[in-house]
Parts: sequence; C-alpha cells; structure tokens
Amino acid sequence: MSSIVPFESDPIRPAEPRCLTISVDGERIEGLRGQSIAGILLAQGRTAWRTTVAGRERGVFCGIGVCFDCVGTVNGESDVRLCLRRARDGDTVETQDDSEEDTR
Amino acid sequence: MKHVLVIGAGPAGLTAAVAAADAGARVTVLDSGTGPGGQYWRHLPPERPSRREARLHHGWSEFERLRERTERDGSIDVVTEAQAWAIETTGGATVHALIGPSDAAGREALALEADSLVFATGAHDRTLPFPGWNLPGVFSAGAAQALAKGERIAVGRRAVVAGAGPFLLPVAQSLTATGSTVLGVYEAARTPALAKGWLPRPWRLLSSARKGGELAGYLAHHLRHRVPYRLGRAVVEARGDGRVEEAVIARLDADWSPIPGTELTVAADAVCVSHGFTPRLELPIAAGCEIGPDRFVTVDDDQRTSVDGVWAAGEITGIGGVDAALAEGRVAGHLAAGGDRSAIGPARRRRRASADFARRIEAAHGVRPGWTAWMREDTVVCRCEEVAYGALLGTAAATEQGSLRSVKLTTRAGLGICQARMCGRTVEELTGADPSRAADTSDRRPLAAPVRLGDLAGLSSKDDPQKGEH
Ligand SMILES: Cc1cc2nc3c(=O)[nH]c(=O)nc-3n(C[C@H](O)[C@H](O)[C@H](O)COP(=O)(O)OP(=O)(O)OC[C@H]3O[C@@H](n4cnc5c(N)ncnc54)[C@H](O)[C@@H]3O)c2cc1C
Repeated sequence: MSSIVPFESDPIRPAEPRCLTISVDGERIEGLRGQSIAGILLAQGRTAWRTTVAGRERGVFCGIGVCFDCVGTVNGESDVRLCLRRARDGDTVETQDDSEEDTR
Repeated sequence: MKHVLVIGAGPAGLTAAVAAADAGARVTVLDSGTGPGGQYWRHLPPERPSRREARLHHGWSEFERLRERTERDGSIDVVTEAQAWAIETTGGATVHALIGPSDAAGREALALEADSLVFATGAHDRTLPFPGWNLPGVFSAGAAQALAKGERIAVGRRAVVAGAGPFLLPVAQSLTATGSTVLGVYEAARTPALAKGWLPRPWRLLSSARKGGELAGYLAHHLRHRVPYRLGRAVVEARGDGRVEEAVIARLDADWSPIPGTELTVAADAVCVSHGFTPRLELPIAAGCEIGPDRFVTVDDDQRTSVDGVWAAGEITGIGGVDAALAEGRVAGHLAAGGDRSAIGPARRRRRASADFARRIEAAHGVRPGWTAWMREDTVVCRCEEVAYGALLGTAAATEQGSLRSVKLTTRAGLGICQARMCGRTVEELTGADPSRAADTSDRRPLAAPVRLGDLAGLSSKDDPQKGEH
C-alpha cells in the first residue's frame, strides 16, 4: 500500500505541514498544502482511481506527466494529470470511468 | 543586450541560464513544473519546508546556489508552471507557452521570441512492457523516485526495483528513505556486459569522478540496508487481483531472454521498473533540429544544434547523468549569450568526460532483443489504447509495407492520449519499423503537450493554430 512518510518521524525534519481539504467523488479528503492531487490519493493508500475503456483500474504510472494514466476531472475539467496538478483547498475531484459498459 | 530563452529548469537549463546571464544576456527560463530543479533535484514544494531536505539529494548545495542566483539576478526570469507546447519557425522561432496550473482551461498564453534558444527539456524513463505491468502498483522507477523526493510518498511497503541502468540504485535508496522495504534491485545486464561497459577504462570512471563516487555511495547504502543487487534478472510478470500482489523474477540470458525454470515469486505491493530514458524531443523537432541516429538532438562541441541560434543541453543530447547536464548547460548558455569560447574550456572538458559515461551506460545496460520472450499474446503494449502484443504482431505481419503508421492506424497502438510517449519506441521495435524514415518514427508529435481547444481558440496566432485532441 502506498503511504506518506509521517512528518513527525521524517529524518529530513519537516516543519509541521498545513492541511487542506478536497472532495473526491463527493468524499472529503484531507491533504497537505503543496501536495499534488495524486499525492493526496496515494497518501490515503489509494493506488488506482481511473477505469480504462477495457474496465481496468489505473493510478500513477510515470509520476511526471508523461503517461496520462492518472487523469481525473478537477473542478469540472476532465483529463487533468493528477500527478502534476497541485491541490487547492476546496478542489472538487471526480475520478474518471472511461469503460465502455459505463457511459455516464 | 541578447535575450536567451531556455526551456527546462533542470540541471542543464539552470546552469545554462546562469552562464548566459554571466555572459551578459537577459534570460527567460520556462518550466512546466511548479518549481525549478528538473528531475534530478525534484524537491518538496515551498509549502512543505524541511530543515534537512539536502539528505534526499546529491549536489543539493549546487542546486541552492543556482536557485538563489536565478532568484536574485534581475536579468534572469524563471517562469514555472509554464508549459511550452509549440514552436513556430516562420520568420524566427516563436515559442508558445501556457502559464498556469497543469491542464487547466483558461491559462495565460505567451508567445515568446528571443535571439537564442536553449532546449534543456530532459528525458523520461522508458519501461518495457511485461505481463501485468498495467496493474496498479506497477510504477516506472522514475515515478517512485519523483514521489519519494517530491512528495515523501512511499509507493509501497514491499517494493521490487528492476530494469536496467545505474538509475535503479538511487531509486532503491529513495524508496528505503521513505520507509519502504526494497526486496531487491534486479538489473537485466549480466556481469560480462557490465564488465564490457564499465571496466575497460576504469580511469575514465574516475574522471567523471562525482558520478563514480555517487554510485559507490549507493552500493554502500544498499549493503548497509541489505538490499540485494542481482545482475542478469528481470521482473517478467506482475500478478494480483486488481493490483500488484506478487512479482515474478527470472534469470536472463545475455540477450535478456528469461531462462525457463529460474522463476521466483515474491510478495510485493510495488514494482518499480525502468529500462533507460527517452529524451523529450518534440520541441527540438518542431524547431527543425537534426536528430541523430542515436535519437538524441545532434549537437557539436559547442552544444549547437543544426539550427542557427538554437542550442541544446542535458539529457536531450544523450543520457550522461547530471555532470554532463551541468557542463553542457554551461557551454550552451555561455555561447547562446554570445560569450567567448575561450572562457569555457574546463566545462567542455568535463562534458567530454561525461560523454564517456553515457557510452558506457549504453554498452552495459542498453535494451537487448530477447526481452520479447517474456511477453504473452494478451500483454498490453500500448497502455492508453490497451493494444495487446498478439494483436500488434498479427497486424504488423498482415500489413503489407509494414510502415509504423499503418500498423498504428489499424491497431491504434501509439495513438492514445500520451501520444506514444510510453510505447512508441517499443512499438517501433516490435513491428520492425525503421525510425530513420519519417513514417516510422514515433518521435514526431504536432504538440509538445495537450492543449484544450478553448485555449487554442483564444490565441492570437499569426497562422491558423494547430488543432489538438483536447
Ligand atoms: C522521474 C525521474 C527521476 C530522476 N531522478 C534521478 C536521480 O535521482 N538521480 C539521477 O542521477 N538521475 C535521475 N534522473 C535522470 C535525470 O534525467 C538526469 O539526471 C537529470 O535530471 C537531467 O537533467 P536535464 O537538465 O537534462 O533534464 P531534467 O532534469 O529532466 O529537466 C528538464 C526540465 O524541462 C522541463 N520541461 C520539459 N519539457 C517542457 C516543456 N515542453 N515546457 C516546459 N518545460 C518543459 C521539465 O519540467 C524539467 O523540469 C531522473 C529522471 C527521471 C525521468
């Protein structure tokens, strides 16, 4: 499972982080200021959030905006690379289901 | 005063910017990331300061010096969240960029012209496909690295690192530094290939001293953490119900073909794989720069490309590691600003020493053709369009002239949203394409980044804007 290094025990001695809240498919999720949206999801242990045309789950693969596996809908705009997009307090994220059976 | 435009704020771009300013130019640097540093010095955002971030990095003081200088120097303007997406070459080069959060609609559009252009757009890692590589929990090694350094995310608790090249070593170290247990680093190259690549001229390794020292440091770290480093092995399958639960590791022959009967299954929740790097060539190609048979931007000893007024530095000119990127950036920036050649002798010498490092990486760790033996009919090759290996080979065999374009149009391999960045070279290889033919290369892309139609409509371009898929 993916996770975030707890700041209290991180040897690089981070300052106490400040939080923000986003909503993902209607659920409120807490993250840290400066995190990418993918970073917030991975910190929650979520490694997959998009469903492909063939119905397979995907999350982050390349981590630097090249592969587009991690795309999601942010504040109504689809196909946003969540590994690149910094979260802002109050962002509304919807995961994308591109599978053929599910046409929503 | 000359105006130098640098694209990319990684090690190469930042040194180029400082060298150009030192030589008297006004400099603009564009980077699509949220901060400078590129891949090598990818770091936590300013909202998450920490006292000892240097511990996660090599050469961090050099980065701090470069960053401080670019911030303080009024003649250098670093614009972050600036995605350069196209170049027009009619009547001097115009670089088009969108400024704002990634993939957001309504970003500010910039059209920039300069006296000289320095491309320093770097590379992304290349992962060869294998059964299960599309399961969540399989990452490129670069992703594991980027998330560890840039977000303090551990991609898994029990991780396997595999692929080819010295890059696997810092990735394993970053993973342990996030608290992951690295079960092993599995390097496809075998001892004879490594000996051929690294040993014939050991004194050369010393001349690119820092890289040699850095690698020795990683090996010592892995010994301390008891991370096994195994040669001639690969992850040939990732398995799991909806996500990675197991990795299958096999021994390889010299051609990277798995040796039957040597498979070993380990329980893992993260599999991090990289087989080398692919340079980001779209902007240099759009500017008309010559690309060599090695598929990097062709440059001379002065880092000049084939196009007048255009320089290139860093990984887009060859995979030489950070020392090469720094030396090349210095040469390119200085000369792009009109500086005198006599001032950069040492940087040019360092650049040559690092070029040797690049040659040895390729000799030792370059992809060997036997890897296809671990593929299965239903293994996905193109992640975007989910095109399977069997379908791809079947179409390639049935397509008469066998041009990559017709294979792509029939199967849709390489036509998805990533524009063949992930699978392009693999599809070329599997279909026997000849990338020196324009119809066969996967490097040509009309847009360097996806752009929304709404943004294109808002541009006041001289010509009709190109149409993107978004
Ligand atoms: C994910 C990843 C992690 C890596 N980590 C390490 C490591 O830990 N150790 C190591 O030795 N090597 C690492 N490497 C190898 C690394 O590429 C080199 O060591 C080094 O960073 C190369 O420097 P560069 O300046 O050539 O390119 P980069 O550092 O890649 O810098 C290129 C910059 O250009 C920007 N850019 C690209 N295209 C555009 C565009 N169209 N518009 C605007 N900006 C653009 C990018 O955002 C990036 O910041 C890593 C590579 C990757 C892909």
